[in-house]
Amino acid sequence: MAQLLPSVWRHIPERYSLLGSHCENCGKDYFPQRPICPTCRRKGKIVQKLMPREGKIFSHTLVHAAPAGFELEAPYHLAIVELKNGVHLLSQIVDSDSEAIQINSPVKMVFRKISEDGKQGAIAYGYKFKVVRNAAAASKPGKPVGKQSTSSKK
Amino acid sequence: MNRSGIVGYGTSVPRMRIKVGEIAKVWGKDGERVSSGLGIIEKSVPALDEDSATLAVEAARVAVEAGKINPQKIGAVFVGSESKPYAVKPTATVVAQAVGASVHMTAADLEFACKAGTAAIQACMGMVASGMIEYGLAIGSDTAQGKPGDALEYSAGGGAAAYVIGKPAESIAVIEDTYSFTTDTPDFWRRQHEEFPEHGGRFTAEPAYFKHVVSATRGLLEKTGMKIGDFDFVVFHQPNGKFPGRAAKILGVPDEKIKQGLITPILGNTYSASSMVGLASVLDVAKAGERILMTSYGSGAGSDSFWFTVTDKIEEEGRRQPESVFEMLKDKVNVDYATYAKHRRKIKSL
Repeated sequence: MAQLLPSVWRHIPERYSLLGSHCENCGKDYFPQRPICPTCRRKGKIVQKLMPREGKIFSHTLVHAAPAGFELEAPYHLAIVELKNGVHLLSQIVDSDSEAIQINSPVKMVFRKISEDGKQGAIAYGYKFKVVRNAAAASKPGKPVGKQSTSSKK
Repeated sequence: MNRSGIVGYGTSVPRMRIKVGEIAKVWGKDGERVSSGLGIIEKSVPALDEDSATLAVEAARVAVEAGKINPQKIGAVFVGSESKPYAVKPTATVVAQAVGASVHMTAADLEFACKAGTAAIQACMGMVASGMIEYGLAIGSDTAQGKPGDALEYSAGGGAAAYVIGKPAESIAVIEDTYSFTTDTPDFWRRQHEEFPEHGGRFTAEPAYFKHVVSATRGLLEKTGMKIGDFDFVVFHQPNGKFPGRAAKILGVPDEKIKQGLITPILGNTYSASSMVGLASVLDVAKAGERILMTSYGSGAGSDSFWFTVTDKIEEEGRRQPESVFEMLKDKVNVDYATYAKHRRKIKSL
């Protein structure tokens, strides 16, 4: 993979932060990035735009015969994720129970190691997605544990 | 002292856990005895695709969001860790890029065994208070290593905590003061190119952990004129579930004041993140006006002690992390030793 190092580096903004494209002429979002808008062609005005980090599972599969570099992770879940702006992308689904991985399950982006160039080479990081466990519980404030003291303030 | 404070905070922990009893079984030990001796029920297990950089990024993203800051205004990113994915190449640059920081900032990785994260807080405090930067990001993140069969294997876990340090007026907790106590004490180390750390067994207790934690805490009290009873919450570095309790006893802290920040029993020792995850758990519930004392410990050896006062900003919508530490720890899956050995690459061919 050493010869692909420039490619890994070039994709960092996309893979770390979901930086995609937006056409200011027709309003469509694209991921991965595109140099021209396929709808508007020469009339299009492409700018960079961060994609939403939440979405839902559009379709999914379980990979048993993994490609080189992913053997240790097999079997793993792979899904087409539909982001909140309608953009589709392919991603591994991690940190989720198999039964929770269903079409329309809400997912959010997480940051993970994607691949590494052997033990000595560079590490490629990027996005994967996980099923949002319990949307309600995820915004619950903490409950104190144990008895709280009532010491007087100075 | 020009003050600074915690503007945002976030934590991140792996989803997999292994019970201490499951590890003990492999090495022919009595699991219940080991578990109760260490005060640890289970520890986190970072997956194959997790390392101290990914955990740091996840925690940092939560901290930046909870801080409600523009990441482009971050002037410094410091990551404290002793389990860096690269021996040479900073983790801090990965974090900076992933949180959307600008290129006009400084960054570095720090190492001081388990206290590099709190040293990062101190570095950010100085830079914010001097006006060098507007915000600093201080992170403690580790995927701790323990040699198979060694006592450390029962406790070495993974996790990260991130803190956005900024001006007191924007802070959910003001850092009133800090005091450090540092000596040259070789109680725990990992030599260059070695895979697993070594330690001095019982030597890691009295002349190492307790001497430094107690001295730094007493030093902070003396420097500030505070009494230990003035604090509502106390957080110590937690290499196991027992040491913080003993340190609390020596310093006259009742057990109920350390409970909220004692996470190691169900997470394991997250090294650079250890006391910082404990502090995050306290911030999950602390109310305006409450005082928090935190003392870290790093082998080698040193302790950083801090006094935080919680402000009313903590009550504002979305200023705490969205999921509390205890809530986050409920989402888990327990694995057996074989799965753990694979994910931690303890099998020779991996």
